[in-house]
Amino acid sequence: MFDVAIIGAGVVGGMIARELAAYDLKICILEKENDVAMGATKANSAIVHAGFDAKCGSLKARLNVEGSKKMAQVASELGVKYQNNGSLVIGFDEADREALQELLERGNQNGVEGLRLLEQEEVLAMEPNLSSAVTCALYAPTGAIICPYELTVAAIGNAMDNGAELKRNFKVTAIGQEDDHYILFSSMDSVRARYIVNAAGVYSDQIAALAGDESFKITPRRGEYILLDKECGGLVKNTIFRTPSAKGKGILVSPTVDGNLLTGPTAVNIEDKTDKTTTAEGLAQVMKEAIENVPSIPYGKSITSFCGLRAAGDTGDFIINSPRPGFINAAGIESPGLSASPAIARMVKDLLAEQGLELNEKTNYNPLRPAMHHFRETSLEEKNAIIQKDPAYGQIICRCEGITEGEIRAAIRTEPKPMDLDGIKRRTRAQMGRCQGGFCSPLILKILAEELHLPIEKITKSGGASRMIAKAIKED
Amino acid sequence: MNRELTCIICPLGCNIKVRHENGAVLEVSGNTCPRGKTYAITECTTPMRTLTSSVRCKGGKLLSVKTDRPIPKEKWMEAMAIVNRQHPALPIAVGDVIIEDVFGANIVATKNID
Amino acid sequence: MTDLVIIGGGPAGMSAALAAYEQGIRDILILERDSSLGGILQQCIHNGFGLHKFGEELTGPEYAWRYEEKVRALNIPCKLNTMVLDISDQKVITATNREDGIFQIRARAIILAMGCRERPRGALNIAGARPAGIFSAGTAQKLINMEGYLPGKEVVILGSGDIGLIMARRMTLEGAKVHAVCELMPYSGGLARNIQQCLHDFEIPLKLSHTVVEIHGRERLEGVTIAKVGGDRRPIPGTEEHIPCDTLLLSVGLIPENEISKSAGIDLDPITGGAVVDQDRQTSCQGIFACGNVLHVHDLVDYVSDEAELAGKSAAAYLQGASAPACSISLKTGNLVRYTVPQVITEKKPVTVYFRVADVRRKVQVQVWSKDRLLYSKKKASVAPGEMEALALSAEILDDVTALTISIKEEQA
Repeated sequence: MFDVAIIGAGVVGGMIARELAAYDLKICILEKENDVAMGATKANSAIVHAGFDAKCGSLKARLNVEGSKKMAQVASELGVKYQNNGSLVIGFDEADREALQELLERGNQNGVEGLRLLEQEEVLAMEPNLSSAVTCALYAPTGAIICPYELTVAAIGNAMDNGAELKRNFKVTAIGQEDDHYILFSSMDSVRARYIVNAAGVYSDQIAALAGDESFKITPRRGEYILLDKECGGLVKNTIFRTPSAKGKGILVSPTVDGNLLTGPTAVNIEDKTDKTTTAEGLAQVMKEAIENVPSIPYGKSITSFCGLRAAGDTGDFIINSPRPGFINAAGIESPGLSASPAIARMVKDLLAEQGLELNEKTNYNPLRPAMHHFRETSLEEKNAIIQKDPAYGQIICRCEGITEGEIRAAIRTEPKPMDLDGIKRRTRAQMGRCQGGFCSPLILKILAEELHLPIEKITKSGGASRMIAKAIKED
Repeated sequence: MNRELTCIICPLGCNIKVRHENGAVLEVSGNTCPRGKTYAITECTTPMRTLTSSVRCKGGKLLSVKTDRPIPKEKWMEAMAIVNRQHPALPIAVGDVIIEDVFGANIVATKNID
Repeated sequence: MTDLVIIGGGPAGMSAALAAYEQGIRDILILERDSSLGGILQQCIHNGFGLHKFGEELTGPEYAWRYEEKVRALNIPCKLNTMVLDISDQKVITATNREDGIFQIRARAIILAMGCRERPRGALNIAGARPAGIFSAGTAQKLINMEGYLPGKEVVILGSGDIGLIMARRMTLEGAKVHAVCELMPYSGGLARNIQQCLHDFEIPLKLSHTVVEIHGRERLEGVTIAKVGGDRRPIPGTEEHIPCDTLLLSVGLIPENEISKSAGIDLDPITGGAVVDQDRQTSCQGIFACGNVLHVHDLVDYVSDEAELAGKSAAAYLQGASAPACSISLKTGNLVRYTVPQVITEKKPVTVYFRVADVRRKVQVQVWSKDRLLYSKKKASVAPGEMEALALSAEILDDVTALTISIKEEQA
């Protein structure tokens, strides 16, 4: 019997798990995929928003500002890269200027610190690669960037280090109740828990419905992105947003914490919760609008494009409530959900406590997790000391990102363990560079098969039927 | 009947025209050297190719191999079946015969494995 | 301090090492990232290599062995499984392997011979899902020829470069069904012999002016939509065709791997993706030379070996105190010429200039101009982007010029 079952191992579920793991509780995280961070967490803008966007007084506004203030510390405890690079919302005409003025006022009311309107000269001095047609910009010095799946892997890993359990390939298909607890069923298995937290992303309406709550609907909102080579990462320093208009928030251009340049997203509501396909029109739109803001983006240096589905609720705000005793929704967590995630976790914990969950702090709780990218950032002498102990750290596997066999093996041995090629990619960045795994994926297949004691034919790209190899040949 | 071929004897890649009837070549044109003519005639009667592939050695390593002379094109898939069943023991050096007389050629190693 | 460090032990690196050795250089070190010498040739188990160099058809591993045998016989030192991480402009090389850890070597001269890599799917931005089953052709080649695994059974290949063609045959022989090879351009980028022997022999359709417009399948690839493209290379609506398949191989171009050259501050040519070099294959950094596919992508390995020999000899001459550059004549690209190698000539001696054209043409003249003066003209039956052209310039042509333009004159019909 668990005290709390969290449905969904995305950034919201992960941060909640970590928040609760500080207390004397039996926690399990149920994830329908083969790995954590597989939904909206995997593919979004990777921005810690300052918090000027959301309507004053909304949960989005409150939790964004609170979360964004906490994020630097969370990242440092979890050994996750975080960069306070600042945000610029750029304007091109008088209408934009008025809109930016409004954003500034809203931001001030929301409690965002340091907001400032800049004139053309100052904007271009700050970001010389912006379109020279820029006339003004709203500058948010607290805007930051982070890697959302790195954060989630670390949060869940840290929760697991503190006793939480992760059950993968556990798709909740029914929720029952017995005495003082719930039973969560998958097609193969079941889990008993006194409290349930619904952090199921685009599926959170379906999960709520399983518990009898049909008060909201989640519409997947497709967002397509194009990621460029590290050569282009320095094109802008700040995250560049277009002034929001009737047409939407527009395409952003941002460096990533790993040094690439990210452009996107589109925003198209769709019905199919599994449709993560990119479209020719979407990718064309990303390129066209990004180039309006930063004309010199060299799209010939694209290394990948991808699509994420944001979990857009129909209430206009995050849906964080308790429709029935012991069942908490953390749903409709679209932008700025990543930024707000530490605050959402705090709020869910408070709701659970109100519902009677006893929170006794663990004596042996450890909030820290060693950085997965530790090896890359240590000094030459330290690296050589590590290689001497474990020569695998001297062997480069991924040439583009300079990732060693030692780092890959360490990642496979660290909770939450990666079980497939994409899992390795998200933890180590191997296969994520300019050749996109062309050279190293055959090597990683072998390492993964060895560590997991599986034949290579069984290794998948991303769980399920995503096998990499049809068959071994010449074994007749 | 007429057939057009791209000569593959050298990288020049001449466009060769062949007039043939009932399996007999009547005329070859477009070639710039006699080797091209021979190629065109063989190609229209019994096309021959050097087969390259690999065998899995005892212990699991893959060894690249080839036929030491061209074999009839239509025998390739049969030759592949023979090659795929062979599991030679190591060590092996370039040129070692792995299988003898596969449609008139020997299958030989094209690399060294210790 | 090492006299000559060669980065890469493929055909270029080995050939350069042997040439430098022949010129009397003894303190040589080859750094190779793989577990054996030979580079990409090890996985190119097909034949067709060595016709120019050895007058016979060799397979990739056999061609590599011809050089490796000599490297071994001369005891030229090699460090295998060793990855170079950085080169400084002071010619300090930082590398890593299991035994030595991360170590530095100061070189008096360096030859860059790192080869190239394949363009990934991302560079194409093909719409659709991101399932398993999409491989660059070289990755599939490695899985099949080096590891013994067939990545899939129903195959479509995008790109008719030589690796794509070779893989169409290889996958067929290993039991897969190749449904089509799609080529964006109206002509193939591969060699004529490969189109004959890899596609026609197996009745695999080559669909020119076609591309993949959408990828289907959530977990493993389930199919692709292909479409015809117009003269602007954009898909023509209404020409879409669905092909069920579990594997898509991409053979859509090669890119010289010059990340570490950049760290040394070497000037790169934006068209070749390789270093800007002079007739001796010396880069903009004195004492650093480049050859093979890291300099520009070659069509035949034989020419890689030739170029590497030149680089090896030049590096030896540099180490033996060759004289400073005598002149600086820049080579410019004129009509239809995409790039030249070398890009600059610093000594008035006979020079062979290699270049590639931007499009297929029949009956042309290769011309050399100095401003508006035509210095040289030679008829050629045809030119194609897939084939590297060579042009021998005499020392006389280099007299009294500061720049030469290589250009293709199209004969009027």
